[in-house]
Amino acid sequence: MIQQTLYDKLWNSHAVRAEDDGTTLLYIDRHLVHEVTSPQAYEGLKISGRPVWRKDSVVATADHNTPTDHWEEGIKDPISRLQVETLDANIKEYGARVFFPFLDKRQGIVHVIGPENGFTLPGMTVVCGDSHTSTHGAFACLAYGIGTSEVEHVLAAQTLLAKKMQNMLVLVEGAIPRGVTAKDIALAIIRQIGTAGGTGCAVEFAGSAIRALSMEGRMTLCNMAIEGGARAGMIGVDDVTLNYLKGRPYAPVGVMWDQAAAYWKTLQSDPGSKFDRVVQLDARELKPHVTWGTSPEMVVTVDDRVPDPDKEKDAVRREGMERALVYMGLNPNTAIKDIRIDKVFIGSCTNSRIEDLRAAAAVVRGRHRAPNVKLAMVVPGSGQVKLQAEKEGLDRIFKDAGFEWREPGCSMCLGMNADRLEPGERCASTSNRNFEGRQGTGGRTHLVSPAMAAAAGVEGHFVDVRELR
Amino acid sequence: MQKFTVHKGLVAPMDRANVDTDAIIPKQFLKSIRRIGFGQNLFDAWRYMDEGQPGQDCTNRPLNRDFILNQARYKGASILIARKNFGCGSSREHAPWALGEYGFRAIIAPSYGDIFFNNSLKNGLLPIVLDEAKVDRLFSEAAPFPGYALEINLEAQVVIKPDGSSYSFDVEPFSKYCLLNGFDDIGLTLRHAETIRAFENKRKIEQPWLFT
Repeated sequence: MIQQTLYDKLWNSHAVRAEDDGTTLLYIDRHLVHEVTSPQAYEGLKISGRPVWRKDSVVATADHNTPTDHWEEGIKDPISRLQVETLDANIKEYGARVFFPFLDKRQGIVHVIGPENGFTLPGMTVVCGDSHTSTHGAFACLAYGIGTSEVEHVLAAQTLLAKKMQNMLVLVEGAIPRGVTAKDIALAIIRQIGTAGGTGCAVEFAGSAIRALSMEGRMTLCNMAIEGGARAGMIGVDDVTLNYLKGRPYAPVGVMWDQAAAYWKTLQSDPGSKFDRVVQLDARELKPHVTWGTSPEMVVTVDDRVPDPDKEKDAVRREGMERALVYMGLNPNTAIKDIRIDKVFIGSCTNSRIEDLRAAAAVVRGRHRAPNVKLAMVVPGSGQVKLQAEKEGLDRIFKDAGFEWREPGCSMCLGMNADRLEPGERCASTSNRNFEGRQGTGGRTHLVSPAMAAAAGVEGHFVDVRELR
Repeated sequence: MQKFTVHKGLVAPMDRANVDTDAIIPKQFLKSIRRIGFGQNLFDAWRYMDEGQPGQDCTNRPLNRDFILNQARYKGASILIARKNFGCGSSREHAPWALGEYGFRAIIAPSYGDIFFNNSLKNGLLPIVLDEAKVDRLFSEAAPFPGYALEINLEAQVVIKPDGSSYSFDVEPFSKYCLLNGFDDIGLTLRHAETIRAFENKRKIEQPWLFT
């Protein structure tokens, strides 16, 4: 028997048929739908008169356009409102297993509500018209982002056409130092391989440092796989996975749980299985990371300085660095700790789960937002995360510190709602992309972990969270 | 889908690496529920001096004269040459929609974001991969030569330069077949509906928890 990687197993168990060139029809188990990338897909169904193949595979929510305050006032932007209402109408017409619309208590970011409800289960193929679908790979799923044409394809035919990607292993061994999080591991990997390092690959994260992560941390890491160019990131099943899933509202129970769990335990790469590429990191050497530029690969550790383009030999890279420094309003060789910020955003499908909020609250407790920080906002990933945080009193800690406690949604990760940076504003953000204009036209984003964002919020500039009292 | 067979067109250079889909079409335009109307907002933040709003008439907006596509010599360009990792980031298919509506039929770059690459193929926008040295050559040949045009022959899988020399490129046979014929994937897939149904029924028995 040939040794198989986790990705090989997931691929083989979903391959319906293949063309001569290897283009394969993959069966899709779970389809997550949100308001931004689905309207044109439903319109396509309407035009062609095709029905939805399996509506019980669809889980839908509105997250990108929804406001994070004054819910009682509804969605004020008429264009956003129309998009959210279009989702409501499409789900009404075409059906779904579950729909958490705007204002529902369980509404939230699609990549947060999937796992927390048990809609995401090991061994599934999970797709969504959103690149951060890689998040669900933390549960040993083949999970990846798709475009709107593919959303329509899954709705109509429960399958996708795909070519097998390469197997890439990212091995992270050693104990993770205090103050270092899954976010820092993700940024360290991207720093090493670059934003195109995983292009064409399905990445498996493994090693003792990965096994030591909670499911929340694993989701953060798989979420950022796409920022390293890999459409899918994944982690094998262990007890941490099973313990997280047991008792989730839509996870199997009783005999079916036993049957499922027995299968799920096989969802790991076989010992000795072959990877096309292997990348190794020593967790013991990791430090908190801060991005300085306009691509996630433009990142250094917090004790470092903004790099100097003059030292870069490659012309295209050097011009990219120079352009990024102009956009970011930074000078080469500036100490990261000397960079002052205007806003803090704690949220997004990368870092808005309960563990993230706990980490941020632990830093903020007993401290206060710095005077130069105009706004520090905490946006829970879902209604359930919000409720849990409030049960633990985290909302109180944030509010006492002058941080705003908001309603769930994608919020300022991409600023499709009213939460945005103004031109020139500098933000410590727990999101996933520091692209030009991502958080608002002219906005300047520095990607960090929740604890690092919270620390920057109370000090007014980046600080090493390990050095806080 | 629009067929792609042979295309000859003016070349425009986009000389920066890691051009992300947020840059290709900024987020505010994703609020549209339509498939059209994105061409005028292609590269919006780089192309105009003001901040664009969805549904706005762009004819009188102040242009960024330094932006490459605003230069008169690139008016009507239909082939974009770009650097590595073009179209990285967000899965928004609005990016190839915007490029297509603007008038681009093909892109030539050393590499692409995987999702963007796929989305382009579904929209009759041909993303050609050439190695870095060849793309570099195209950049330096196009720069001093206003009107620099390339011919792309998908059937033969070649990019033909003005001097008649050519670069061959790879394309997945199935994607090529769909592009040459302008086929809609879904129609092709549904010819296998019975196979899919049989697979699904087997799965229901083996992993019933996926169907509850």
